[in-house]
Amino acid sequence: MQAAFNGNGALPLALSELREGEKGVLESLDLPEEFASRLMELGFIPGHSVAAGKTAPGGDPRIFRVDGSEIALRRETCSHILIRAHA
Amino acid sequence: MSELHSLPHGPKRPAAAVLEPLREPVGAAGHRVIALVGPPNSGKTTLFNRLTGLRQKVANYPGVTVDYHVGQMILNSKTLDVVDLPGVYSLTPRSEDEQVTHNILHGMTDGMRKPDAVLLVLDATNLSRHLMLAAPILAMGIPTLILLNMADELRRRGGDVDTEALANQLGAPVARISAASGEGLEVIRGFLAGTVALPRPVELPILGSVPACRQWAGSMSRAAGYQSPNAPVWTRRLDALFLHPIAGPLIFLVVMVLVFQSIFVVAQPLMDGVEALIASSGEFVRALLPNEWLQSLVVDGVWSGVGSVVVFLPQILILFAFLGVLEDSGYLARAAVISDRTMARVGLQGKSFIPLLSAYACAIPAIMATRTIESKRDRFATILIAPFMTCSARLPVYTLIIAAFLPDREILGKFLGLRALALMGLYLLGFLAAVATAWVLNSSVMKAKKRLFTMELPPYRWPTWQSIGLRLLDRSKVFLRRAGTVILAVSIGLWALASLPLVDGHAPPIEDSLAGTLGRTVEPVIRPLGFDWRIGIGLVTSLAAREVIVGTLGTIYGIEGGDESSMGLQQALRQNLDLPGAIALLVFFAFAMQCLSTLAVVRRETGGWKFPAYQFAYMTGLAFISAYLANHITRFLMG
Repeated sequence: MQAAFNGNGALPLALSELREGEKGVLESLDLPEEFASRLMELGFIPGHSVAAGKTAPGGDPRIFRVDGSEIALRRETCSHILIRAHA
Repeated sequence: MSELHSLPHGPKRPAAAVLEPLREPVGAAGHRVIALVGPPNSGKTTLFNRLTGLRQKVANYPGVTVDYHVGQMILNSKTLDVVDLPGVYSLTPRSEDEQVTHNILHGMTDGMRKPDAVLLVLDATNLSRHLMLAAPILAMGIPTLILLNMADELRRRGGDVDTEALANQLGAPVARISAASGEGLEVIRGFLAGTVALPRPVELPILGSVPACRQWAGSMSRAAGYQSPNAPVWTRRLDALFLHPIAGPLIFLVVMVLVFQSIFVVAQPLMDGVEALIASSGEFVRALLPNEWLQSLVVDGVWSGVGSVVVFLPQILILFAFLGVLEDSGYLARAAVISDRTMARVGLQGKSFIPLLSAYACAIPAIMATRTIESKRDRFATILIAPFMTCSARLPVYTLIIAAFLPDREILGKFLGLRALALMGLYLLGFLAAVATAWVLNSSVMKAKKRLFTMELPPYRWPTWQSIGLRLLDRSKVFLRRAGTVILAVSIGLWALASLPLVDGHAPPIEDSLAGTLGRTVEPVIRPLGFDWRIGIGLVTSLAAREVIVGTLGTIYGIEGGDESSMGLQQALRQNLDLPGAIALLVFFAFAMQCLSTLAVVRRETGGWKFPAYQFAYMTGLAFISAYLANHITRFLMG
């Protein structure tokens, strides 16, 4: 997926770096096609906004609010999802 | 990119009335088929129960229906087959359960005709995303009614949607319903009977990728003035508590203690009631029967055999009621997330947790529930360890032995008793065996590869009495049917074996009977575990199903005791088993694979006898060695 530079110019960062309560805009999914499609079906579509929610006790997995749902993902997966942070 | 429209029909939809008369006649088994399709956790199964009155497990976590279920509804005196399909996000199958849905919709399942109509069930509180599924479904050209479920929740949380505008956009009828409360369901009968006005068909675009599909879904919901609901406030508040680093795990522990304690405390008076009823009805029946042989068969054989198992019905129902509330409320999805980290250490994942927890009820539905796990390796590993979880068939065995050998002492005041603690220990033992086995698999023959873990967390919802009640009813039926078939047959067979060969026209002493001979044949093998020949008979019969041992012992002691003493089963056990032997017996039952139905399901799910054979050998071997150690270590400690 080609990144569209229409954000506020912030550098892309990994979803795993988002702290609880922070928001960002999804930019790309650097994952095998099969995983990326599943994540997109769950709402992780480039261009959509994502907000970090709670974390499971122990720090992994993390819960994200995306496209009207709450989805839990492992940190490892999040580190392959690039976002642009909201100002 | 995933191909969403792989269908020969193209996007054009027929304008024909729903369920027009069939052109070719079909046999009695060829009822018209109505398929329930929708994303996971959108409420298909609740609707299915409403339409068919069939009991069918519903829970508030994604992926409950993992095989398809067929029920029937009557429409204008004609029978329709309603098929409940596993939830899908798209028509591109990526896991076993999605494949089931894909095949049925394409008429590729043997013995199931292609559906005549589709009820597309979408979660109204998350419409923009769920509408993605409408494109590939409508493109199939099957008459479709789109149901926006949980409309009451949408309204309560301040959302709205114009169904008429949406219907015109999609070229298919749309209705708001609430499957949980039954609101708006008339429209389904109207649609199937052809009395609902259909909007004009529209050309739908062919969408090649998930983002394109999502964009289309978004434009549809915008055109229908969809206002998404406010965030679920209570869900956020509850999650702050249940996912709290300290409070979360603590609450989980308290809930578990509560379950085990109530299995003993709440169930006890109910069980005493059932037991008294069985004893008095047995004596009543004895008085009615004319001859001694019949009395012995019916009362000492059947009544004590079947009765001693039926007594445990209240405990099993309490366990299922608790599991049902945990599932329906949405707590289990959180438990899966909380456990993922721990599960990952032994090569499993959070999605394995839900089947493993439901294996506490029964391994069979648990093994079928593993189909939601996309990774085949994780799925097989979960299947292999699921029978270690303490299923409800072990419960009668555990509680009988615990009640016979442990005093009813308080440990933490009224809150936790010694017996409940022992029971929790046994549940923990099974769990540890499962985890250890998973770890061994992961570090030897089944190494985990990199895979994706995703878990959708639904809002918390109140469990409904209807859902829990139907499930308990269903469970009672299954349990009593087993008592009425397997355990009845074993009781009668055992009575015959225990009464033959005749000595001077009378039944022999039980040691000299055929059953006694069988028991004494296996005795040398089980003597090192601390068991005598009576337990030996029980171990042989319990290969069919675990709880059969309770019925078997009931029959043996029933015959031995004769009619002069109705010595309780617990008391009788204490005469033939000492404490080390009792502990060994508990350990044996915790590990051994004694369930033919489970082995049959494992064979079906793994496609061969290899896995069930390994599983049987491994579990039974482990049970034998552990029981041997338990017996000798306890003996050594007791001096």
